[in-house]
Amino acid sequence: MKKALLLSVLTLSSLAAAEIRVGVIVSSTGPAASLGIPEKNTVALLPQTIAGQKIVYTVLDDGSDTTAAVTNARKLIQDSKVDLIIGTTTTPASLAMIDVVAEARVPMISLAAAESIIKPVDAKRSWVFKTPQTDALMAAAIVDHMVQNKIRTVGYIGFNDAYGEGWANELKKNAAARGIKVIAEERYGRSDTSVTGQVLKLAAARPDAILIGAAGVPAVLPQKALKDRGYAGRIYQTHGVANADFLRVGGKDVEGAILPAGPVLVADQLPATNPTRRVGLAYMNQYEARYGKDSVSTFGAHMWDAGLLMQKAIPAALKKAKPGTAAFREALRDALEGTRNVIGTHGIFNLTASDHLGLDARSRVMVQVVDGTWKLLPSR
Amino acid sequence: MQIFDPSIFPILAADGLTNGAVYALLSLALVLVFAVTRIIFIPMGEFVVFGTLTLASFQLGKVPGTLGLLLILLALAAVMEAVSQLQRRQARRAALTVAGAVVLGTALWGLASWIVPLKPPLPVQVLLTLALVGPLGPLLYRTVYQPLLNATVLVLLIASVALHLVLTGLALVFFGPEGSRTPPFAQGNLVLGQVTLSWQSLLVILVSALLMLGLFFFFERTMPGKALRATAVNRLGARLVGISPASAGTLTFTLAALIGALGGMLIGPSVAMTYDSGFLIGLKGFVGAIIGGLVSYPLAAAGALLVGLIESFASFSLSGWKEVIVFTLILPVLLWRSLMTRHTPEDEE
Repeated sequence: MKKALLLSVLTLSSLAAAEIRVGVIVSSTGPAASLGIPEKNTVALLPQTIAGQKIVYTVLDDGSDTTAAVTNARKLIQDSKVDLIIGTTTTPASLAMIDVVAEARVPMISLAAAESIIKPVDAKRSWVFKTPQTDALMAAAIVDHMVQNKIRTVGYIGFNDAYGEGWANELKKNAAARGIKVIAEERYGRSDTSVTGQVLKLAAARPDAILIGAAGVPAVLPQKALKDRGYAGRIYQTHGVANADFLRVGGKDVEGAILPAGPVLVADQLPATNPTRRVGLAYMNQYEARYGKDSVSTFGAHMWDAGLLMQKAIPAALKKAKPGTAAFREALRDALEGTRNVIGTHGIFNLTASDHLGLDARSRVMVQVVDGTWKLLPSR
Repeated sequence: MQIFDPSIFPILAADGLTNGAVYALLSLALVLVFAVTRIIFIPMGEFVVFGTLTLASFQLGKVPGTLGLLLILLALAAVMEAVSQLQRRQARRAALTVAGAVVLGTALWGLASWIVPLKPPLPVQVLLTLALVGPLGPLLYRTVYQPLLNATVLVLLIASVALHLVLTGLALVFFGPEGSRTPPFAQGNLVLGQVTLSWQSLLVILVSALLMLGLFFFFERTMPGKALRATAVNRLGARLVGISPASAGTLTFTLAALIGALGGMLIGPSVAMTYDSGFLIGLKGFVGAIIGGLVSYPLAAAGALLVGLIESFASFSLSGWKEVIVFTLILPVLLWRSLMTRHTPEDEE
C-alpha cells in the first residue's frame, strides 16, 4: 500500500521533467489478489533508469474488476500520459483494456493467461503483448505427461467460472488429439465448503487420472476430498496453484500432485545448462531479500519478465523518438515486436509480428509436490 | 436415480447436514439480529471468516490483525460512548467508560501477545479466538449501527453493505490474499455398515444442535433472552417496560459474532477459507433465514438444513448448476410467502 502511494506521489511531483512513464495496473485486491500482490511487489524491483532515462512507475489497483481496469487504463493514458502500460492480472480485464490502448495507440504488456488476449494479432491486438504462458501451452504439457504415463481416461473438476471453463476446454481439446478420454466433468465454487458430491461421482467413474482446474488454496479442497474417498489415481493440478500458500494450506493432502509450471518455480533445481536458471534465481533472490524467505511466487515473475521485455525495447525505441510522443510509443511497439532471445524467468522470449507472446516448450516444466515442496520431474 | 444408491445417499445426506448445520447457525443469528434490531446483517459471513483465519493465525504462532481491529474499535466505541455521556452531563461515567476500555484493551493485548507465541493447545486457541472475534459484534454495533438507531430498514441495509465491504477489505489486509485451514477437532472416521462418516462432521452437527438448544433455553428461560424476544415483538412496548433497545442490540450482536466465529471454526478444517469466502457462506444462511421469513427460528434452521442438503445433492448430480439451484430455491419460497402473508402497514416510517 505504502509503496503504491509513494510511487504515485513520486509520479505527481515529477511530471514536469522529461522521463519515460510506465503505467502499471494489477489486481492487488479482489479475488485475484494472490496473483496481483506479488506482481505489485515486483514493480519495486524494476530498474529506475533505463539507457540513462528515468523511469516513472504509476501503480494502480483494479480490484480484480473489469470496469475499474478500463477506467484505470484511461486515467493512465490521459492524466499520466504513459508511454507503456503493464497489466492487468486477470484475463477478462485485460481483454477489455485492448480497445482502450489500441485507440490511444499505447503499447500494453498483459500479465493474464488467456491466448485470446494476443491472438489473432489484428489491428487492435497489434498493440498488445503478454508474458505468462497460455493455458493451451500448459494443458499440452499435462496431456503430454499423461500420454507418457499411459493414462487412458481422465476426470476433470474445476472452478465454475472462466478459469475452470478455459481449462476444461483445453483439456478436452488436447486429450482428444492424443487419444485420451475425458470421462467425467464436474464443477465447484471457489468458496464452497464441500465437494463430496462431485468427488463421489468422479471416483465412481474410475478415471486413471484427475485434473483439478483450480487456482490458489481453493484447489486443495478437491484433492483432500479425493484422498479422503481413497482415490488412488494420479492427480494433476494447474499452474494456478504454484505458490507457497498452496503447500502451506494443503500440507499432506496435496502430496503427489503433478502440475506444469514456469521454470522459475524450481529455478534452483534446473540443470546449470538451462539459461533461465540464472535469471530465475536472480529474481528469486532479489524478491526474497526484500519481502522475506519463501515469499516469491511465479506470478510476480511475469511482471519481472514484462520488465525485461521493456528494458530491451526502450533503448531501441529511444534511438527513434523522444519519450512522451506518439512516435516513441510506436517505436516502442515495434521494438517489443522485434524482441529476440530475451531470457526471462519463465522462458525465452522470441516475439514476432504474429506471435506476441513468443514462448515455446522451454517455458514450462512438470513438477510434483514431494515432502511439502516442489520437485522438478525429469523431462523427456 | 444414482443418487438413491445406498452407498451414495447417506454420504451425501451426511455431507449436506454438516454444511446445513453451519448454515442453520448463521440463519438463526440473522433472524435474531433482524428481529431485534431490524438490521439485515450482511457481514454475518465475515465473522465466520474472522473466526477461521484468527484461529489459523494462532496456529502459526502469529498475533492476528483481528486484535488491532478490536483495539481500534474499542477506542472508537469508548470515545463515542464517553462523548454521549458527557452530553448527558455524566462526566464521572464518561471517565469510567474510557478507563474501562483502556484496562480491557490493555488486558486483551497483553494476553494475546503473551500467550500466542507460546502456541497454546487447541482449546485455549479456540477460547482466545472467541475472545477476539466475539467483542467485534457489540463494538461494530456501537460504532456503526447505534448512531443509526432510528433509521429506516433501507439505511440500515446500506450500512450493512458498506460494513461488509470494509470487513472484507480488512480481512485481506490482516490475513493476506491466500486462505488458511484450521486443524480438525476430531480425527478419523466412524464406520456404520457401508457408510463412513468423519468424526469432524458428526462433531459439527452435534455442536450446532447443542448451540441451538442453548439458544432455545436462553430465549425461554433467562431474563436477557426474554428481553430480546420482547424487543423483537414490539420495540416501543419493550422500551416502555424498561428494556433499552441499545443494550438489546449489543447483546444480539455479541451472540451473532460468537455464533459466526464458532461456525467458522467448525467448517475451518474442511475448507480453505479465504478473506472473501464469507459472503457466499453468509448468503446461504440468509436463504435459510428468508425461508423462515426472518421471524421464525425453527423454519429458518430447517430452511438452512434444506439448503445444505440441496447443495450436496445438486453438487452430485449437476455440479455446474449447483449455485443456480440453491439460489433459485428462494423464488418459490418468496412467492409462497408473499401470497400467504397479509401485509399490515407497521408503525414504520
